[in-house]
Amino acid sequence: MFETLSDRLTTVFSSLRGKGRLSEEDINTTAREIRVALLEADVALPVVREFIARIKERARGAEVSKALNPAQQVIKIVNEELIEVLGGETRTIRFAKTPPTVIMLAGLQGSGKTTLAGKLAKWLADQRNTPLLVAADLQRPNAVTQLQVLGERAKVPVYAPEPGNGVGDPVEVARSSVDYARRNNHNVVIIDTAGRLGVDEEMMRQAADIRDAVSPDEILFVVDAMIGQDAVNTAQAFLDGVGYDAVALTKLDGDARGGAALSIRHITGRPIMFASTGEKLEDFDLFHPDRMASRILDM
Amino acid sequence: LAGDKLDEETWEEVEEILITADVGVTSATQITDALRTRVKVLGTRSADEVRALLRAELLAHINPDLDRSVRTEPHGDRPAVILMVGVNGVGKTTTAGKLARVVVGDGGSVVLGAADTFRAAAAEQLQTWGDRVGATVVRRGEGADPASVAFDAVAKGIEEGAGTVIIDTAGRLHTKTGLMDELGKVKRVVEKKAQVDEVLLVLDATTGQNGLRQARVFAEVVNVTGIVLTKMDGTAKGGIIIQVQRELGVPVKLVGLGEGPDDLALFDPEAFVDAILESS
Ligand SMILES: Nc1nc2c(ncn2[C@@H]2O[C@H](COP(=O)(O)OP(=O)(O)OP(=O)(O)O)[C@@H](O)[C@H]2O)c(=O)[nH]1
Ligand SMILES: Nc1nc2c(ncn2[C@@H]2O[C@H](COP(=O)(O)OP(=O)(O)OP(=O)(O)O)[C@@H](O)[C@H]2O)c(=O)[nH]1
Ligand SMILES: [K+]
Ligand SMILES: [Mg+2]
Ligand SMILES: [Mg+2]
Repeated sequence: MFETLSDRLTTVFSSLRGKGRLSEEDINTTAREIRVALLEADVALPVVREFIARIKERARGAEVSKALNPAQQVIKIVNEELIEVLGGETRTIRFAKTPPTVIMLAGLQGSGKTTLAGKLAKWLADQRNTPLLVAADLQRPNAVTQLQVLGERAKVPVYAPEPGNGVGDPVEVARSSVDYARRNNHNVVIIDTAGRLGVDEEMMRQAADIRDAVSPDEILFVVDAMIGQDAVNTAQAFLDGVGYDAVALTKLDGDARGGAALSIRHITGRPIMFASTGEKLEDFDLFHPDRMASRILDM
Repeated sequence: LAGDKLDEETWEEVEEILITADVGVTSATQITDALRTRVKVLGTRSADEVRALLRAELLAHINPDLDRSVRTEPHGDRPAVILMVGVNGVGKTTTAGKLARVVVGDGGSVVLGAADTFRAAAAEQLQTWGDRVGATVVRRGEGADPASVAFDAVAKGIEEGAGTVIIDTAGRLHTKTGLMDELGKVKRVVEKKAQVDEVLLVLDATTGQNGLRQARVFAEVVNVTGIVLTKMDGTAKGGIIIQVQRELGVPVKLVGLGEGPDDLALFDPEAFVDAILESS
């Protein structure tokens, strides 16, 4: 069932070898195969549509008609286009001119925010920063404890003035954390927030209030690589509701193709900055567009 | 699916509705083709009729006649034992809490077993749920053997004369053989003490095509008896369960509709299908 795109296209093209130029029908057949592969990889339908249009245009061009092996040439084009969309301006955290640099995490429930907060803290501390973790999820049962445990593991202090489990104001915690960081010489503040749905207006407003209270240098949208077609709605809802500067993709240690990466990058134009690849604090890396391209297409 | 004319666009639209609901491109094409054939045979003319036919087709795929009851009733002096399984962050612990709430609300008594000894503050999270809904929680320190915590929870259930024991397990990706073996062991060890009545696989409605792979592997390792589809209060439709049910024959039994203790419902095939068609 999950044939690779390379296999599929090779089958399609085997009947046309030696023909030179691809006919419009050949191009359509090819485009259909690519469409299926992208959809099986959970790339969002509207993104697939635009993507295919671009591939078709290039497939009609000289680079394919002159190729000895049109199948390989088309795959190369698809790969290039994928990397182009996924990559763009790759960058890492932008530090504030006057510390502390404030990083805020936002995303759906269970996407991996709290774990990522711990990873990011460790990663930054390893590069001789002095991060502070901030427990501003006062909603999910024991989110505060979870962050404290992670902080201990990462050897990074946790600012947790409120117990959570429904007690305390996350906006106030976020606000006061920045002063606390300044007084205690933390050059980076990482704010963990509660999971929320794009359609939850009240919770979206809370996220915007936290943002307005701390003016983050970076807002990271944390998204599970297993997400399907809803990636479009959710990515857009968070963009409208709170806004974000970059994306962190989690749970890449599984076998999900991760089409969401393409969808979100394409729809929002925001770069994917980090890849989370496991439950342990060190399972964390900068995002590599080329690896992601071959993963999506299973090449 | 508005308007009266049936043309190529109509069929594209049908396929689109299904794909964006995460039904999967292959299934979406099959369902659309089947519908097309039916429309031809029946000589259907209007979009409204097509819509009704699509609804019926989807319902048939979900098989409304499957037994979707959750076995929470004790047998003799043995409590019913329920095991929660699934990948990371889908809602296992929350669902365990909500399910306990339902059983307690019906006059039963519940022991919750914190067999997630791995994730930071997992046991504390389950404890909060236990306190919230009035269930006893059996837990040990971080890093304890999950199988023996599960075993202790069942022993406690028997000792207390509880009607239901719900065991929460750590989230694990189905691709991690070591962790999947560990899960198999949890079940086998519990079975030394009592029969496992339900293995509930929790799937997050936002999950795309990977959901089928998850279900296949979990079903193989622990013989899943039911699916819980969580986070249906969002915009995701959870269409992946159509493939899961068809391939594994395991029914969706429960639906998660929020983070609160009462946000759990029985799966309603008609409501599920209507939500998919809503956007059309
Ligand atoms: N396998 C794997 N698991 C991960 C990864 N990142 C996070 N997790 C796990 O996913 C689950 C959810 O992670 P959390 O960090 O609690 O997610 P969250 O977004 O903070 O969740 P809420 O606060 O409830 O919204 C936990 O079991 C984590 O251990 C990853 O990259 N790979
Ligand atoms: N909106 C919504 N959120 C839910 C639902 N079920 C669970 N959640 C939230 O999803 C997040 C993860 O839930 P958990 O119950 O911790 O998930 P889990 O599967 O136990 O996670 P791990 O043990 O880390 O693998 C939490 O923030 C929950 O409050 C639901 O039906 N709707
Ligand atoms: K929904
Ligand atoms: Mg969290
Ligand atoms: Mg859990």
